[in-house]
Amino acid sequence: MDGFTGFTAVYIFMLSAFTGYVVISKVPVILHTPLMSGSNFVHGIVLVGAMVAMGHAEGTLELSVGFIGIVLAAGNAVGGYVVTERMLEMFKSSQGDKRGGKA
Amino acid sequence: MSWLIESSYFLAAVLFILGLQRMSSPVTARSGILWAGVGMILATIATFATPDLHNYGLMMLAILIGSTIAFVSAKKVAMADMPQMIALYNGMGGGAAAAIAAVELIKLSGMEHADFGLVALTLAVLGAIIGTVSLSGSIIAFAKLQGLIRKSLLFSGQNYVNLGIFVSIILLGLVTILQGSEVSLFLLLVFFVLAFAFGIMMTLPIGGADMPVVISLYNALTGLAVAFEGFVLGNAAMIIAGTVVGAAGTLLTQLMAKAMNRSLTNVLFSKFGGSSGSSTEVEGDMKPIDAPDVAVMMAYASKVIIIPGYGMAVAQAQHKIWELTKLLQERGVDVKFAIHPVAGRMPGHMNVLLAEAGVPYDIIADLDEINAEFPQADVALVIGANDVVNPVARTDPDSPIYGMPILDADKAKNVIVVKRGRGAGFSGVENGLFFADNTRMLFGDGQKMAAELIQSVKEF
Repeated sequence: MDGFTGFTAVYIFMLSAFTGYVVISKVPVILHTPLMSGSNFVHGIVLVGAMVAMGHAEGTLELSVGFIGIVLAAGNAVGGYVVTERMLEMFKSSQGDKRGGKA
Repeated sequence: MSWLIESSYFLAAVLFILGLQRMSSPVTARSGILWAGVGMILATIATFATPDLHNYGLMMLAILIGSTIAFVSAKKVAMADMPQMIALYNGMGGGAAAAIAAVELIKLSGMEHADFGLVALTLAVLGAIIGTVSLSGSIIAFAKLQGLIRKSLLFSGQNYVNLGIFVSIILLGLVTILQGSEVSLFLLLVFFVLAFAFGIMMTLPIGGADMPVVISLYNALTGLAVAFEGFVLGNAAMIIAGTVVGAAGTLLTQLMAKAMNRSLTNVLFSKFGGSSGSSTEVEGDMKPIDAPDVAVMMAYASKVIIIPGYGMAVAQAQHKIWELTKLLQERGVDVKFAIHPVAGRMPGHMNVLLAEAGVPYDIIADLDEINAEFPQADVALVIGANDVVNPVARTDPDSPIYGMPILDADKAKNVIVVKRGRGAGFSGVENGLFFADNTRMLFGDGQKMAAELIQSVKEF
């Protein structure tokens, strides 16, 4: 476990929280559902953690739990991506795809 | 090799943030999810190169199983059922974070000396609690929206029982942190089982109407759990992605709760309209009308505003409604769709359903934009919506929905309500709009009525 020194992590945490807040604050209501779905996909990054956890697992118990973890994480990532993509694919403007903006 | 992995993670984090940002406008939204997707693939591939990893075969098998199940189910799900699938995938993420914590804690309990710092251990335990609660809570949210659980489980002293479970979880978590490598597997098992039970107990009493807020909350919580486990594993990509989602999810949760006129604590700890019931009886009669008459009104109107609700989606009437809209537009009628923030099962869900039917997003208006236009509208067509157009929310301080922002459909010159029967809405509150002088009721199934309207309009 290489890890970070505590304060580096706190800085990352603070800046990321701020970024998340700012990035989302301008979103029109019409995109709330796709956006929730999209952010749901983004935390599918837990997959890489699950892979590392299972890659270091020893013994049946650790291995089984790690296995379940990866199955769940992969489901989160793939499912989240597909439903978000399907939803966003449908949004069209009556002036064609190029123009528009907030309805 | 290490720098290659690190830079892949860094690039993934950048792509996630840029992707989310692009998702905040309908014009760039599609490319946004694509960018985030590229980031995910990059990070996943890079992870295979992590030194000292074992079990590659099983790892790939697990990825294959999880991806296949999710891919097939995500491709098949109907747009109307989208919210519960999002809940389910989100719960899986929470479960994965909890599983990471479990592997690390099991490892710890087998060690001679703990090589965990106090901070890492604390965050591992916190992530375990949050992730597990998010998993079981999301499963219940899914079951409720899917109609698998119809009743809300309510009993007296429920909040105290939940508080008891919560305190026990915290205590067991503290014991785990303090004991470190001394901690027993049995204690860990009890810890996880209690956390799982807490998620269930917490979500069971919450009504279906409040589920969007709950799903959003669990989404934010999963993000947080992922961030915590990211710290434990020393993985910056997980910390960044998890925290960004945690913050964004918190904001989305607040926006949704606000749109529903509820505070978060109110959603979580009290049941909606449980005993208070409908306080006032509305006077007057509902006045029925036939489809041909409605068609005449709409065909000769200059401005029509359509207010769709979840009932329209249940009746699968959105395609017919769009067909009707196009007919009216050909006749020169100005048609707009008015969407209440909580129309559908989730904020923005109705926009998705209309988009699926082919309605362009620039004739769809939010509550703030459209409310000023109702007095100029000749016809307001309410289809499958109820509480969101109930004027009682403006007028009756005793009503459970008092203060909720509503669409001012009652201010239109004529109001047509398409409705199956005479019952009250989701909240159980009688709707004053249905009894108003300028309101006519078109009783019948949404899809069938829309078809009749199309037929009648075509005949002119």
